[in-house]
Amino acid sequence: MTEPSSPGRGLTRRRLFGLLGAGTAGVVAAGAAGGAIGRATADDAAAVAGPSPTDAVEFTGAHQAGIVTPAQDRLHFVAFDVTTDRREDLVEVLKAWTAAARRMTAGQDAGPVGAVAGSPYAPPDDTGEALGLPPSGLTLTVGFGPTLFTTTDGTDRFGLAARRPAPLAELPAFAGDQLDPAISGGDLCVQACANDPQVAVHAVRNLVRLGAGVVSVRWSQLGFGRTSSTSTGQATPRNLFGFKDGTDNLKAENTAALDRFVWVGNGDPGADWLAGGSYLVTRRIRMLVEPWDTSSLVEQEQTIGRAKGSGAPLGQRAEFDPVDFTKQVDGEFAVPERSHVFLAHPTNSGTAILRRGYSFVDGSDGLGRLDAGLFFIAFQRDPETGFVQVQRNLRTDAMNEYVRHTSSAVFACPPGVRGDDDWWGRALFTA
Amino acid sequence: MSVRDRLPLLTAGLLAALTTAACGSDAGTGTAAGAGEEAADTIPVAATDDACDVATGELPAGTHQFQVTNSGNQVTEFYVYAEGDRVMGEVENIAPGLTRELLVELPAGDYEATCKPGMVGDGIRNALTVTGEAAQLSEDETLAQAGADYQRYVRSQTGALVEQTTAFADAVRAGDVEGAKALFPVARTYWERIEPVAEVFGDLDPRIDGREGDQAEGEDFTGYHRLEQALWVDGSTEGMAPYADQLQADVQEVAGLADDTTLDPLQLANGAKALLDEIATGKITGEEDRYSHTDLWDFAANLEGSEAAVQALRPYLEEADPDLVAEIDERFAATEAELEQYRSGDGWVLYDQLTQEQLRGLSDSITALTESVSRVAAVVADR
Repeated sequence: MTEPSSPGRGLTRRRLFGLLGAGTAGVVAAGAAGGAIGRATADDAAAVAGPSPTDAVEFTGAHQAGIVTPAQDRLHFVAFDVTTDRREDLVEVLKAWTAAARRMTAGQDAGPVGAVAGSPYAPPDDTGEALGLPPSGLTLTVGFGPTLFTTTDGTDRFGLAARRPAPLAELPAFAGDQLDPAISGGDLCVQACANDPQVAVHAVRNLVRLGAGVVSVRWSQLGFGRTSSTSTGQATPRNLFGFKDGTDNLKAENTAALDRFVWVGNGDPGADWLAGGSYLVTRRIRMLVEPWDTSSLVEQEQTIGRAKGSGAPLGQRAEFDPVDFTKQVDGEFAVPERSHVFLAHPTNSGTAILRRGYSFVDGSDGLGRLDAGLFFIAFQRDPETGFVQVQRNLRTDAMNEYVRHTSSAVFACPPGVRGDDDWWGRALFTA
Repeated sequence: MSVRDRLPLLTAGLLAALTTAACGSDAGTGTAAGAGEEAADTIPVAATDDACDVATGELPAGTHQFQVTNSGNQVTEFYVYAEGDRVMGEVENIAPGLTRELLVELPAGDYEATCKPGMVGDGIRNALTVTGEAAQLSEDETLAQAGADYQRYVRSQTGALVEQTTAFADAVRAGDVEGAKALFPVARTYWERIEPVAEVFGDLDPRIDGREGDQAEGEDFTGYHRLEQALWVDGSTEGMAPYADQLQADVQEVAGLADDTTLDPLQLANGAKALLDEIATGKITGEEDRYSHTDLWDFAANLEGSEAAVQALRPYLEEADPDLVAEIDERFAATEAELEQYRSGDGWVLYDQLTQEQLRGLSDSITALTESVSRVAAVVADR
């Protein structure tokens, strides 16, 4: 390993631990435990024989699919504004979406008639581009944004204001934010993930069409190359910085950690409709890849806090070796205090989140540079003790020099659809 | 324009159903009933800027002539609406001081005789009850009537189309740049309302309404948009007289052809959808009137034309799929309300003054309306 540069100024390592310990003692302890989750079960990875990438993922269940489902390769994420004030119209769309989602996740056409079986004079009830394609692991995950409950000007359009759980609130501003409101927020969202991009796009396109007159696409994002593994059965992928990402992510196999950090519990705010659900935070993080690419390998590794090749924490040998923040190499701490791993790791952030992001390249920016980065997605039990807490801790992150957050959104994802008559959001709209 | 490429495909098998009757165009007079019918009476209508006095509120079933005198200061229009604002007859563009006639055949039923001073809004409405034997029409008969209904609408538009386009061409020939600019969106309104009929006629549509760059190798760029470019980009009508002449002649020709054309029900349904597609692909994007930015005039005209085509099918649709009719009514109303926000004087806000957010609202309403109107064709074809 190359000689590391000197640790960051300011807080000493011990003081930093002390500060966090004072404020969030309980969570830190739990966070440390969470940090061990990935490693604890990673050894079993090779033994897990996952489903084929073309198989269907069950749509119904206690939780929505697409959260702890092993992350698929492709993403089409879409945020909607609701354009009507009529609650019954919104409910009809949610029911129609649920019916279409049941069919499409099973590899069927969006509508009951299908892409080619209907009247030659009628527009088909499926757009057809997924004909002949397998289910491809498609998951469709719906979420409700804060503005569905109360608009930004305070209007309670659907009689839902009293049902908004306190944690479902706009995220606070963070240092360095360069958010574009046009691609931020939203009343509703659908996360479509699949192992075939055409299957994910087909699903979103058909849901958008079903929502005409009631919902309107506010913004959307395509993603490729999952940047996290959410199951011990998956190898850790690399993000566009070229580094393994998500090594210490929460994993589907550790249900105790998921209950603690991901799923809304029975005693939590809004549990009457949200228990078994989760909060979804998205951040479109533009990576300034050109300056990154011209920085030295040692600077890149010091910025991240891991070795680029193996993914091992600096000072360790293998990817899943525990991060040791006290380890010194040649009189310097191996993992710099301003490195991303140092600041983001559960040990120091005091919490854990389930990351499920994707890389994106939205062409170029007109200045000859790739408009590329990470579409960050995180699921957590409470945004305040999840993403917000982690992100606040990243204020001094050396990686900030190379990233710009350009969009932000938060949604509450209701629990899974249970039976044949159930639909997305039923408990919210009928209780 | 893009719709033009698609219509022949959609309707290839249906063009045989085009019928040509021996009726000439009747520019200058509102026409509603077939030529040759005798009006039983003449009903005076006194129109002003804030009144619309129709001499009677009750009529026997049959053909009637309304005589509309505009003694106001604003240009006005006169309509006889059936339920759902289905146009039974219409006189456009009655200038202050003028008297115009409308010949209209009215079966028994409830109507509204309506003046639209300033040619905007819902107008001033008068209930009109027509008594007599109410014909019980079969579904086939209501469908058969749809084409004739829509033909009445087309004929009500072609007269004004020729008149306003002639005035526009006159202004161009006279070198009156400002006058021509003012007339450009007005003349186009009548064109855009009936484009599904006009574009049936092969090469006339591209000659009249082609945009720069649409022409085949060796073809000249002509029509409304050629003159638009001269007026707004060059600020001059120099060398434009031949283009004005040709536009006027082409419009006259297409008006005559359109008057004699009866669309079949499926063509009407597809035409209604095609007009909305025109909005989505040409007006929401600002492509149509790229020099003048008067796209909202065309937007409004396409919308009115689409509604007229749907309303012609209304008696049939109300039997065949009343839920769809209700949804379509609601979505037409929502789109009109969305558009109404951008009214400015006698016209509309210019396209380049609209924000992205405002365009999105217009786009959303058109998308929803199109989803509904796209279902009409199958309901018609189900017969």
